[in-house]
Amino acid sequence: MPSLNNFGEGLLRGLKVTLNHIGRKWITVQYPEQRLNMSRRIRGTDIIWDRESCISCRACERACPVQCISMAVSRGEDKKLKTDDITVDLGLCIFCGLCIESCPTGISIYLGYNYTNTTHRCSTFSGAKTGNTPSDGRCREIVRSNDELLVDDAARPRSGYYRPEISSALPPQTLLIDQTTYLEDLRKRGLK
Amino acid sequence: MDWLHFALFTLIVFVFVITGVLFFIWYERRGLGRFQLRPGPNRAGPFGLLQPLADAVKVLLKEDIVPALADKPVHFLAPMVAFVPALAVFAVVPFGDGAMLADLNIGILYIMAVSSIVVIGIFMAGWSSSNKYSLLGAMRTIAQEVSYEIPLVLSILGTVMLAGSLSLNDIVKAQQVPFILIQPLGFLIYMTAAMAEINRTPFDLLEADSEIIAGFQTEYSGMKFGLFYLTEYAETLSVSAVASTLFLGGWAGPILPGFIWLIIKIVAVFSFIMWVRATFPRLRIDQVMAFCWKFLLPLSVANLLITAGLVLTGFNEQIWLAVPLNLGLAAVLVVLASRQFRTGGGHAVT
Repeated sequence: MPSLNNFGEGLLRGLKVTLNHIGRKWITVQYPEQRLNMSRRIRGTDIIWDRESCISCRACERACPVQCISMAVSRGEDKKLKTDDITVDLGLCIFCGLCIESCPTGISIYLGYNYTNTTHRCSTFSGAKTGNTPSDGRCREIVRSNDELLVDDAARPRSGYYRPEISSALPPQTLLIDQTTYLEDLRKRGLK
Repeated sequence: MDWLHFALFTLIVFVFVITGVLFFIWYERRGLGRFQLRPGPNRAGPFGLLQPLADAVKVLLKEDIVPALADKPVHFLAPMVAFVPALAVFAVVPFGDGAMLADLNIGILYIMAVSSIVVIGIFMAGWSSSNKYSLLGAMRTIAQEVSYEIPLVLSILGTVMLAGSLSLNDIVKAQQVPFILIQPLGFLIYMTAAMAEINRTPFDLLEADSEIIAGFQTEYSGMKFGLFYLTEYAETLSVSAVASTLFLGGWAGPILPGFIWLIIKIVAVFSFIMWVRATFPRLRIDQVMAFCWKFLLPLSVANLLITAGLVLTGFNEQIWLAVPLNLGLAAVLVVLASRQFRTGGGHAVT
């Protein structure tokens, strides 16, 4: 109706648009309960170490540009090197991935898939033998050593950075734009 | 027994307003969330129902900052001057047949007079803060609310003429059909003017965040800010209550008791206000003023004259004739006025 286009028709159309929005499912991600999948090759905020395959060559320690990895190695009775102590200061770590690329075994050190290290308590890692809260009471959440560095598929999964075989097993990345994957994920979690 | 009546109804009004305001804050935040494809507050309590209480606790615990150059007594008084009138309006709103704090025979006049005082509170806040943003917001409010008072009153006069009384209870009783059907144009003008009067979006110029931070509230914190927040919603509640009383039949309704009907109608009107808020962007100050003086004012005068004519000829007694006639007239008048309406003043605006 070109002759009657100046009587507030636009207002009514706008009201109709917003009214249509009421019944729709919301599109925001409810963060602590729902998380979007990160890139499979994310440089997450973890360093994961594999005790079985590690040959204690200290290549990662030398490769680290900020010297956040420190290892103490010794020769065992079978003349093989073994790691007595490994400590990673994640507060220093710049997540460059050079340690992962330098590892000669190719399976001994990984970046983590997690991108958040925040916790409700000072220490939550169940496998920690040394304990995260030392006697001086200082929180050592960002300094991990020995068994704390081991992989924990639920809490500390491995990232696919520089490790294509891990990468393919990880869930595909979901962005808000990727509606199909996102909605599938919602359905899987029983939220849709 | 007069004192008992007053004590009881003061309590009822107070509890009604406070719970209503808390409910509205929750309802609007959830509702706006749905409009914007997000869930809204959902952490405090089931469905976020305790969110207003959490907000209240937060506001109470905040430091109450008074600017060094502020006019301190005025700065202190302003939130109360703004809040009390918004509360006092409910003295004449009937919750049932005659169930009201005071059945004034000049109920509407009382509402208009008392609700205008809120502007003074807001101006006190803006002026005493000694802040440019506050003052700008307050000046805008004065310009806007004084202008919109005129179409507001003129649109209400239509229902007063139909009912032949200024008492809200009598107006409710006079409604054989809700007056929105006989006064559709009056209802539209009332809602528009009232939304400007209580500074709801799209007329929320006084606190246009993107231009003047928070307008008159910029220098307020703690419980004083909380009071302004309460005022905003108490005003909305009062406008919804007056609109449902004057145009939607108030407590009148089948089966359910009167106050339930009133609450249902208030929530319906508030939902409409919320819907409008979710839809329209904020207007410019010149657009707001032009809309009032060049669109609403002529329309409300025309509505007043037509209603007067229809009442004089007794035409409005024949409801089944009056309803379609008034709806048609309203549509024609809105279209005609829209065709003539232009923003801009002395110089040509394309």
